[in-house]
Amino acid sequence: MTRIAIFAALLAGASPLAAETHTITPGDGAQERLQEALILAEPGDEIVLEAGRYTLTDGLSLDVDNVTVRGAGMDGTVLDFTTQAGAGEGLLVTSDNVTLRDFAVENPKGDGIKSKGADNIVYHRLRVTWTRGPHPENGAYAIYPVESTGVLVDGVKVTGASDAGIYVGQSDRITVRNSIAEANVAGIEIENSRNALVEHNVATRNTGGILVFDLPDLPVMGGGNVIVRNNLVVANDTPNFAPPGNIVAGVRRGTGIMVMANENVLIEDNILSGNPTAPVMVIAYVQPYDDERYNPLARNIVVGENAFDGGGYDPQLDGAEMLTAAFGGELPPVMWDGLGSLYVAEGTPGWTLNLTEQGKGLGAARPAPLTVEPPASAFDASGIGAPAELETRLK
Amino acid sequence: MTRHLAILLLAGASFAAAFGVRATTLPMHQVNDSAVVEKSLPRLLSQFRFFEDGPKQVPAYRVMPYRLNTPLYSDGAEKLRFVYVPMGEQVTVANDGLLQFPVGSALIKTFAFGNGADRRLIETRVLLHRADGWLALPYLWNAEQTEAELAVAGARIDLTTPKGEAISYRVPNKNQCKECHGLDGAVTPIGPKARNLSAEWIEASFALSPADGGAMPDWEDRDQASAEAAARAYLDVNCAHCHRPGATASNSGLDLRWEQDDPKALGVMKRPVAAGRGAGAHLFDVVPGEPDQSILLHRMLSNEPGVAMPELGKATVDEEGTEAVRRWIAEMPAR
Repeated sequence: MTRIAIFAALLAGASPLAAETHTITPGDGAQERLQEALILAEPGDEIVLEAGRYTLTDGLSLDVDNVTVRGAGMDGTVLDFTTQAGAGEGLLVTSDNVTLRDFAVENPKGDGIKSKGADNIVYHRLRVTWTRGPHPENGAYAIYPVESTGVLVDGVKVTGASDAGIYVGQSDRITVRNSIAEANVAGIEIENSRNALVEHNVATRNTGGILVFDLPDLPVMGGGNVIVRNNLVVANDTPNFAPPGNIVAGVRRGTGIMVMANENVLIEDNILSGNPTAPVMVIAYVQPYDDERYNPLARNIVVGENAFDGGGYDPQLDGAEMLTAAFGGELPPVMWDGLGSLYVAEGTPGWTLNLTEQGKGLGAARPAPLTVEPPASAFDASGIGAPAELETRLK
Repeated sequence: MTRHLAILLLAGASFAAAFGVRATTLPMHQVNDSAVVEKSLPRLLSQFRFFEDGPKQVPAYRVMPYRLNTPLYSDGAEKLRFVYVPMGEQVTVANDGLLQFPVGSALIKTFAFGNGADRRLIETRVLLHRADGWLALPYLWNAEQTEAELAVAGARIDLTTPKGEAISYRVPNKNQCKECHGLDGAVTPIGPKARNLSAEWIEASFALSPADGGAMPDWEDRDQASAEAAARAYLDVNCAHCHRPGATASNSGLDLRWEQDDPKALGVMKRPVAAGRGAGAHLFDVVPGEPDQSILLHRMLSNEPGVAMPELGKATVDEEGTEAVRRWIAEMPAR
């Protein structure tokens, strides 16, 4: 009741009141106590999750703007959804200016942490883990912001997602950095999104390390303006364990950085090692489609200077033996389908399928060494990445 | 349909008759308008005075019972629906056929299991139209069945469905109310659309004759409707509050509203986006003629969190609803 009076006073234009801190402890009734705090929080409040393991049987949700949820560290505060009985994710955020930090989510039945229509959200030092490791019945996405403007993912660790560890979809102004994506189907995926910066991450033991996709038949399309730089993309050699219906089920084991459709993507200063199908793959959307708003080609994709430790030494491709033999034992590190437009820094070897038409499969491939122009001008990085003001919440 | 309507009209008439006499002398059974509109969260359901007799679910003056042609599946719960519109206020119809209730109105829905003397009220959900929009609140009935108390964090209750399945029934929390009732960021009613109400009831209650009033088939009589009409009505009522633009599952690109006529938006040969393991081994939401290869039906037939659809509001598979959807997909001509 006091809270309501306070809220009324705020509405009446009284001076802003100090934000409140609500401290939650693990133990009996944690589900109700935590959910109630998430519902009754007022803008500006902080919900502190004390260290320990919280046994949760239902998904949690937050729908109040400008709230921080803070744990005692990604190994200290664990939200354990192993016995979850309902809801499609562990935690769902649907409000703006939310900061989630310093806690872990384990074994959610669906997605880990989803934020939808939640602008200016910060995910900081979180961990989402399916503890049994790769398994097709693990949830799809670990960190899952969608339909949002302003997304900062910093210092998270995601393991075991049956689709993507960090998945940003249908969003704008995005930074994913300093994070570790291990043993997911896709480590980090930027899908149908614009102005995304993916840097200083480690993607390892996934089926594919870092994916930049644009898909048809979605409310938001036209992905582009993406920079993937200074990432360590190493040993992405886990066999694909995605359920067959998913788009990532088509990702070949051993894909390092993959661009499908999209425009204006820069791949630079990454270290790529042990990605046996293709350290870098640039292709058009592979399926037939009938969405007139959709452009299936990868356009103006720039592969700058990267450190490649070898290429496609064990490609999961039709005719792999012949291909590797033709290229002298292993495929060059950059693979292109020959559609759209690609620029590659001088001295970076690659190969092309030389396709002439989208959606017709590999039957028409005429593999050949890659001969494309180097980038003619500097990549336009303006407006790419999360809004700078999100940084201030990392203290 | 005619029979249900007659009962409803009769019930309405008898309440009106009763209160026509008593309302002037017994104002206590009038709705507490200030509880509906003022900026507070009443702790007890009785504070609203929606009922002359809450445990028996006898509504107060101007609280009108209504039914839907095709209802939302809720594990077989008996659902008692009421609408309250303050005196002197007018209901209108929006372009999408949703009845527009004026500020001060309330929609009330009680969930009960068991028959006759064994009937147990579980929860009553209220939607209050306040000056700043609709507010959804869940109230949980006590064991003595004398009162229902606000449960913003929801609850889980063990009970047995009419089909004999023992379930852990989920009373939604306040946020989960919005997961279904949210549209473009605001809470909105879902059920009372003209097309899913009896045209006669709308006319009798609000003196309105919307064009599509009563257009959806009566679920009990769905065998007399086309497979498409029955399934599309079911999908609209059970799925489209999330699977439509501006709502919780908008990012899926699946739009299951009654008025949607683009096959791709309805899932026909549409690939999933974020279905994850929910897709099972299937490639498309709806494969014409192949219900068992359709993700849509696959998820409706599951009880497993992360796979099961809808995500909220049910713990068991709706055999009748899935059968209607199966028939629709099976009869759909191949493309």
